[in-house]
Amino acid sequence: MDTRFDTSVQELKYKVLKEIARGLFNDTLLEEYNEIPERISPGPKSTMRCCIYKERAIVLERMKLALGGNKNIDNIVEVIKIACDECPLGGYEVTNRCRGCIAHRCQKACRKDAISFNEVTRTAYIDKTKCINCGMCAKACQYNAIQNYLRPCEQSCKVKAISTDVDGSAKIDDSKCVQCGACVYQCPFGAIMDKSFMKEAIKILKDSENSSKYPVYAIVAPSISSQFKGVKLGQVVTAIQKLGYRSVIEAALGADMVSYSEAKELEEKGFLTSSCCPTFVTFIKKYYPTLTDKISHNLSPMATIAKWIKEHNENCKIMFIGPCISKKVEIKDERVAPYVDVTLTFEELQAMIDAKEIDMTSLEESPLDNASYYGRIFARSGGLSDAVKEALKEQGSSFEVKPISVDGLENCKLALMKAKSGNVDFNFIEGMGCLTGCIGGPCSLTHEVRNKLDVDKYGHESKEKTIIDAIKHYQD
Amino acid sequence: MTVLVCVGSSCHLKGSYEIIELFKERLAKEHLEDKVTFKGTFCLGKCGIAGVSIQVDDEIITGVTPKNFDDVFNKYILSRI
Repeated sequence: MDTRFDTSVQELKYKVLKEIARGLFNDTLLEEYNEIPERISPGPKSTMRCCIYKERAIVLERMKLALGGNKNIDNIVEVIKIACDECPLGGYEVTNRCRGCIAHRCQKACRKDAISFNEVTRTAYIDKTKCINCGMCAKACQYNAIQNYLRPCEQSCKVKAISTDVDGSAKIDDSKCVQCGACVYQCPFGAIMDKSFMKEAIKILKDSENSSKYPVYAIVAPSISSQFKGVKLGQVVTAIQKLGYRSVIEAALGADMVSYSEAKELEEKGFLTSSCCPTFVTFIKKYYPTLTDKISHNLSPMATIAKWIKEHNENCKIMFIGPCISKKVEIKDERVAPYVDVTLTFEELQAMIDAKEIDMTSLEESPLDNASYYGRIFARSGGLSDAVKEALKEQGSSFEVKPISVDGLENCKLALMKAKSGNVDFNFIEGMGCLTGCIGGPCSLTHEVRNKLDVDKYGHESKEKTIIDAIKHYQD
Repeated sequence: MTVLVCVGSSCHLKGSYEIIELFKERLAKEHLEDKVTFKGTFCLGKCGIAGVSIQVDDEIITGVTPKNFDDVFNKYILSRI
């Protein structure tokens, strides 16, 4: 397996993205389209599915998503129906810890008469046609012998947006989904994928003739510092420029700007929830609507720096590159749409660099430096709170921020429930939809523990040591 | 007249913020704030060259440093207004 990725599912997705990117860059996609499935699954024997034909049919579905997906589905996250294994691991099952006891508390707890016993082994058995997954039997068993086996996608989805369709495949309720992308990363068969906008990105780059007709800027998320193992960050920056971008700019500079104005807003209002993570913002709006007025009015760091660039450069195009799926949704928001043209992910970036056959290890390094330490550590949980605290200090404010940093939607939920009750010992919620923050994003190439250290190291390399030093020339 | 100072990573490391300070001071001193639109911009595409890049209307001037700043200002801005 390619060691640049965590799993073979990511590698498979990458291979498809790379073939599509190559076709788009070389204008050969139309001729090559039907050959791509065979290139990715050469056969003659299948390696992932029941037969080579199904394998290739699934590749075709991945290609459609790599080219923007189903226009009739609004959600950026889609299930590839034929790729879904229809995992049979559904609901409560009796495990081999069942002792075949005499009490049969499980059977008595069951209101649906779904539990019977094997006459020979005397162990319990659940009749799936009667079981309604209430879980009473599992609670009743004193050996914990009954377990709830959720499908990995359902397990990963903390807003319960995934259920089983009539055909047995996974189904996403778009009205519940907050685009955190956990299911995309967690599905062991890669049956859930995010739509890609590489087609739009590559068209903008090609039409710009390497940023000569109009400049194309790449705003990169600070988590990039942890992503490309084996090459230096400066080499990644050079590679991005070689794709045709005029310049690579740190979203972290936008983060510095955000922390500065968020600190002021917090002091003014006394209580705030962060607005950096679009999944967290959507989560509040959909599930805790009474807290909507507590969401910071700041644009996200991406949108903040993009706004500054667009206001200072007529006719430029801006793309955001990060670990995030919900940023693809954020740029459709009317407050953000004028500033960011396309969102790409690190997976797509890797695919585009390799499609252009750019060998990063042989490149010179280019600098990437505007933001302060505080802007850069937004990439990991806790960073935003530290930055707001620092901004208050730099502003000479006596306001005491009592932050709570929550990562992953389950933890976000706990903090929001407390906030809703009103009985809280914090006045600022830093919420990130992904565990560990952006470094744990669904389209991160790696999800290693050391990624946090990489981000902190990158933070300490900043030329500017304070938030004010980093942003003072952008406050016009 | 429009003056852009590059604030891209490369120029930033070479001191573009100092150049911005010098510009602001000098524009104030000469009372030119109304005549010169002064802005930052990300990357003028001349990263390999020493010193900071600036753009005066359509002309790109490279290699600006605190040392040669006054000469650059007199030659490209003051003399043209």
